[in-house]
Amino acid sequence: MNTSLLMFLAFIAITLLITWWAANKNTGSNAYFAAGRSLKAWQNGIAVAGDYMSAASFLGIAGIIAFQGYDGFMYSVGWLVAYLTVLLIVAEPLRNAGKYTMADVLAYRLSPRPVRGMGALSTLTVSTFYMIAQMVGAGALVSLLLKDTGISYSTAVIAIGILMIVYVVFGGMLATTWVQIIKAILLMSGTILLSFLVLRHFNFSFSAFFDAISHVSYHDAKGNLVTQDFLTPGLRYKPPYGALDLISLGLALIFGTAGLPHILVRFYTVPDAQTARKSVVWAMVIIGLFYIMTTFLGFGAATIVGRDFIAKNGGTNMSAPLLAQALAGDLFFAFISAIAFATILAVVAGLTISASTSFAHDFWSNVLHHGKERAPGEEVRVARVTAFVVGAISITIAILLGPNANVAFLVALAFAVAASANLPVIVLSLFWKRFNTRGAVAGLASGLISSLVLILISPSIMKSNPIFPLENPGIISIPLGFLGALIGTLSAREPHAEQMFTELNVRATIGLGAEKASDH
Amino acid sequence: MTSRDEDKYPDQDLTPVTGAATDVAPLGRHHKPAHELTADEDADVADWDRVGAMIEFRELVAAKRRFIIPATIFFIAYYFALPVLVGYAPQFMARRVFGVVNIAYLFALSQFFMAWAIAAAYVRAAGRFDKMGKNILSRLKGDR
Repeated sequence: MNTSLLMFLAFIAITLLITWWAANKNTGSNAYFAAGRSLKAWQNGIAVAGDYMSAASFLGIAGIIAFQGYDGFMYSVGWLVAYLTVLLIVAEPLRNAGKYTMADVLAYRLSPRPVRGMGALSTLTVSTFYMIAQMVGAGALVSLLLKDTGISYSTAVIAIGILMIVYVVFGGMLATTWVQIIKAILLMSGTILLSFLVLRHFNFSFSAFFDAISHVSYHDAKGNLVTQDFLTPGLRYKPPYGALDLISLGLALIFGTAGLPHILVRFYTVPDAQTARKSVVWAMVIIGLFYIMTTFLGFGAATIVGRDFIAKNGGTNMSAPLLAQALAGDLFFAFISAIAFATILAVVAGLTISASTSFAHDFWSNVLHHGKERAPGEEVRVARVTAFVVGAISITIAILLGPNANVAFLVALAFAVAASANLPVIVLSLFWKRFNTRGAVAGLASGLISSLVLILISPSIMKSNPIFPLENPGIISIPLGFLGALIGTLSAREPHAEQMFTELNVRATIGLGAEKASDH
Repeated sequence: MTSRDEDKYPDQDLTPVTGAATDVAPLGRHHKPAHELTADEDADVADWDRVGAMIEFRELVAAKRRFIIPATIFFIAYYFALPVLVGYAPQFMARRVFGVVNIAYLFALSQFFMAWAIAAAYVRAAGRFDKMGKNILSRLKGDR
């Protein structure tokens, strides 16, 4: 039997055991949605890292560096720096003033139904787009990694979808968290091991390694042999719009990460704001080390395996697994493939639980039923059904799109919506006394719509002669999100919202009256 | 509010009890129509305006802003310097410093250490903020 498949099955078995264990522990909403708010800082920190580092990071960035050198490394920087926004501005106030979702903080002093309705819409948009991107990538990848076993794209998508539904429906936040923790540990061990092997290949000489990077040879599209310095910028982001596109992407990362629903919900799983802060620091250490090591993965693949070989054997995304194969044989290839598989599962499970929490808590309980649960446990039941529906929809769309669909723009879209719709209203509701319901609804709507429209008229969709020349809409849509919030706010006065500002500020700043951990 | 439970039981934590299986109450005070509220629910957990007006609280908010605003401006400027310089001063960025390693690579690498350094500085400052917050909370319990 195929070794990769065996390792995949081993990972599945372990995660199902965890789900079974978590299902027995899950009683009540706090346990289901927020793991009882009793995770330790290191646990939540590793889980944040596991929730965040997707297959696009592991395989994608390694591939971009292997093919386009320095520009790929520059691209990876923003993924860590973005966590400073989370650390300095969002994590602690959110933990102190919220309960399960991002919209909790908005609903605090604004009119709950409109802002929760819009908040849920924006959360579901970000989560589903991001999830479809992950699923399409995952299906293609798994069928590539397991190509000897004849598992097709559709089978892979269905299997991943079912697993993610099982984790979330039965295991809730606790199972999702432990899947993310195990994945992050596996991912870091695999990356450290690969980096070590790359350095050993160069006899632990950094100068030999960097010398090799400065002379990478490959055949270009016309079949000519070219040798290039891969440390030189400009191989990916080319004039006239390259730099602008990168700045726009940077904006979406810096402001979007702190607006990603699946990251924000993680801060409700710890007992207090201090633990939330420590968990961001844990996450930053892990995420930072990981992205620094993409230097070894990406440049290692470029110098040791070579662009030509990777292009012939599956393309950019296979750079890291092929590097593993070149350095340590088939068993290590299987191990790295299993890590990629674990990576995908942990991220899609995180997305599913944040989408279903927002639908059940914001939309079902608070918008439709005015904050009342008609029967005990209804909110959790609705969340479970939502997780199933969201999973089924994502599986269907991913299969309809097929393995060759270009879905990278969906990731850009998810970050753009998070940065343009979610972040402005979170920040303004926490720090601007005058902010009101109309401002929140207008900000969420303008950020969401402008991101969607700009993506539709971007090169990703229009291919040739796009109306909007950038692939990343952030540089326009983020100011539009803030502008919408500003104009909406100034067009109305809401004395209640202004009155409640002191209360929100006190709660957010010192944690008075914050939600407590439920099981000790 | 004339008779406050805090006055009678100063040591008890009077935050609302949450986390029960049936608990889906939204945040804030207005999750039930007024006529459905019991006496316990009608009492607020704290006199927010009084806390908001305390000198200690204002000092804490000001101290936090003094750290967070400059730190945020600095990290955003430092981060965007990278794509701006790479995009608009490529010759400068391609200059080699150690062997083949150029300014562009070193500057990108430095971003990681910048992020960690700011995080470390914030954790130190936040230790101070925590103390100020604890003082406020203990004064609220103590001096009524």
